Amino acid sequence: MPAEGSTRIMTTVPDDVPRTIVAQPSTGDKIFRGILRASGWSVFVITGLILVFLLLRAARAFKFMGFAFLTTSAWITQSPQHFGIAAILPFGILIALIAMIIAVPTGIAIALYISEYAPPRLKRPLISLIDLMAAIPSIIFGLWGLFFLMPRILGLESWLGRHLGFYNPSPALASNYANSTFIAGVVVSLMVIPIVTSLSRQVFSQAPVGEREGAYALGSTRWGMVRTVVLPFGRAGVIGATMLGLGRALGETIAVTLIIVPAWHFSFNVLQSGSNSIASRIAVDFSNYPDAGSMGLSALMAAGLVLFGMTLIVNTLGAIVIGRSRSGQATG
Amino acid sequence: MATDIATAQPATQPPAADAPLRIRNVTAEDLLSLGGAAVGALALDWVLYERILPFSGALGFWVCWYVLFLVAYTSIASMQWDRLAVRDKVVQVALSTFGLLATAIVIDQVAYTLVRGFAAVRHSSFWTQTMAEAGPLSPITVGGIAHALVGTLEMLALSTFMSVPLGIAAAVYLAEVGGRAARPVRTLVDAMTSLPDIIAGLFILAFVVLTIGVPKSGFAASLALAITMLPIVARASETVLRIVPGTLREASYALGGSQWRTVLMVVLPTARSGLATAVVLAMARGIGETAPVLLVAGYSRVMNVNPFANWMTSLPLYTYDEIQSPETADHVRAFGAGFVLIILVLILFTIARRIGGGAPGELTRRQRRRIARQDAAMQRRAGRVTG
Repeated sequence: MPAEGSTRIMTTVPDDVPRTIVAQPSTGDKIFRGILRASGWSVFVITGLILVFLLLRAARAFKFMGFAFLTTSAWITQSPQHFGIAAILPFGILIALIAMIIAVPTGIAIALYISEYAPPRLKRPLISLIDLMAAIPSIIFGLWGLFFLMPRILGLESWLGRHLGFYNPSPALASNYANSTFIAGVVVSLMVIPIVTSLSRQVFSQAPVGEREGAYALGSTRWGMVRTVVLPFGRAGVIGATMLGLGRALGETIAVTLIIVPAWHFSFNVLQSGSNSIASRIAVDFSNYPDAGSMGLSALMAAGLVLFGMTLIVNTLGAIVIGRSRSGQATG
Repeated sequence: MATDIATAQPATQPPAADAPLRIRNVTAEDLLSLGGAAVGALALDWVLYERILPFSGALGFWVCWYVLFLVAYTSIASMQWDRLAVRDKVVQVALSTFGLLATAIVIDQVAYTLVRGFAAVRHSSFWTQTMAEAGPLSPITVGGIAHALVGTLEMLALSTFMSVPLGIAAAVYLAEVGGRAARPVRTLVDAMTSLPDIIAGLFILAFVVLTIGVPKSGFAASLALAITMLPIVARASETVLRIVPGTLREASYALGGSQWRTVLMVVLPTARSGLATAVVLAMARGIGETAPVLLVAGYSRVMNVNPFANWMTSLPLYTYDEIQSPETADHVRAFGAGFVLIILVLILFTIARRIGGGAPGELTRRQRRRIARQDAAMQRRAGRVTG
């Protein structure tokens, strides 16, 4: 009876536990992994060094101004020194907020178009185009914003000001609207759109096929499918993309510097001429202080440290959210 | 067994009949509704704008036209289709315009810079001279970008040389070693891709220039550029390394290869074209960075070919400097430098798309031809031996 014998053997075999494999890497592999690990962790070293050296250089300014660094609007680093980020920080945040208000819906719409609506032949060219948009130098955005966009957007600005009751200067001159926070925000939004678009498109295109077909099988239109499958699936990715875009918008330097004229009294009036940001303050001001120990340079380092800390927190949160949504690629 | 296969795949069916049915989802009604809404909105906008309502400005005109167009299209659509279909169509149209808008903006920026810059680049002096000859009031025929072009290329070469090995090694760490410890590294690399570029310059200023004592130079600027390029290289390379098929790695391990031999001789060569794309894309980003260079390169009006001594200028820095001058000739020069910069970015971009076209391991036409040649040569040799 071979069958009976075999069943008896089956019962005596213990549970089907996989045997643990201990792979002993060779010396060469150990060295190789060490080198790779060191290169990987070098990004932490760089970030740490940035923090340490900005702190070292900024210490003098922080010590001098103390808490007033956060509440002072002026930026006077010559003899009666009096400087702080109470004007430049909120202006910069306002520029970034305007940029995000424009860029997030636009970026999501472009991403949806590319991943869901565009004809297959157009998909690759459009993806390339968005990549190209990310690679256009910020100085070109600055030139374009200053010479092309600014004269054309003044009409829209004055209309917004007059009819939505934001801002209504008594002689409605173009110079009252030029170089405003709003224009800087519009230009920065164009630089954020490719970030939001490419990250959102990646998560949208990962929406599972089964659910998509399920929605269609239940009689959904394409928009119904997008609304009930693609958008909920991509929500985390969109939030992460938004935060990474916000980090970019907060730190944009050259385009903002070219477009705005510095203003020192913060106001929520985004259409009014004059604005500011930490990054553009650094770009404009650094050349006045060639001396390593000067207070002016230390003040700039302090402002830079604030900007760095802020963007690092925003970006890291965004990267964590993006990393979660990219579960297919998770390590381990 | 043999009969099973024969019944499963009837050879009587010609494979040509298997062509997929072409599904058309654009009908004449769709196109006519779209066109009608567009023309109607344009006419209404033309009547209302500046004539009846107190609006002005070209941009506002098109914004109003677009709003009117969407309203017109919605009403035309609701006359023909049910509620769900109307919503679907209107959303499709709205999303498509955003795709068009992005295309238009990119084309407009490139074309605007090219057109305005052409006034400068058609003078040969613009390419061969530096700003040493030009005074503040010199016409456009005097003074050029030779020094900035040299500076840009040298800084780009140096920063690529520094960021690429580190970036690819970090990507290999994320893709090949991995583990729990790799997760924070990936998060930080992601976060660093959109770190403010001016911070890189400020850091090099604080660390390398002021603390170590390296003078402001092209080398210092390349260090700052390398910091901004590193996360881009690492991020893009990791994506490429992840799509290398695992079976190739397993084949290498099965032949007794160690991990480092597998990575260096199987994984990296397989992903070669994708890695090259990652590098070129990072170069395209690095070449246009102004802020890091601004703080630590200094600014030079004369030719300086040594990146380790004296101040240097790059094309974006040159543009930034010229645009702040009140003279028209300087503005033309700024757009001229922008022209050259855009052309360089476009060249790098085209290279990236050309080499990155195929999947990992897919051969280019030239590689296939070379293999065919080698095959033919081997067969000839074999023929000679037997004959």
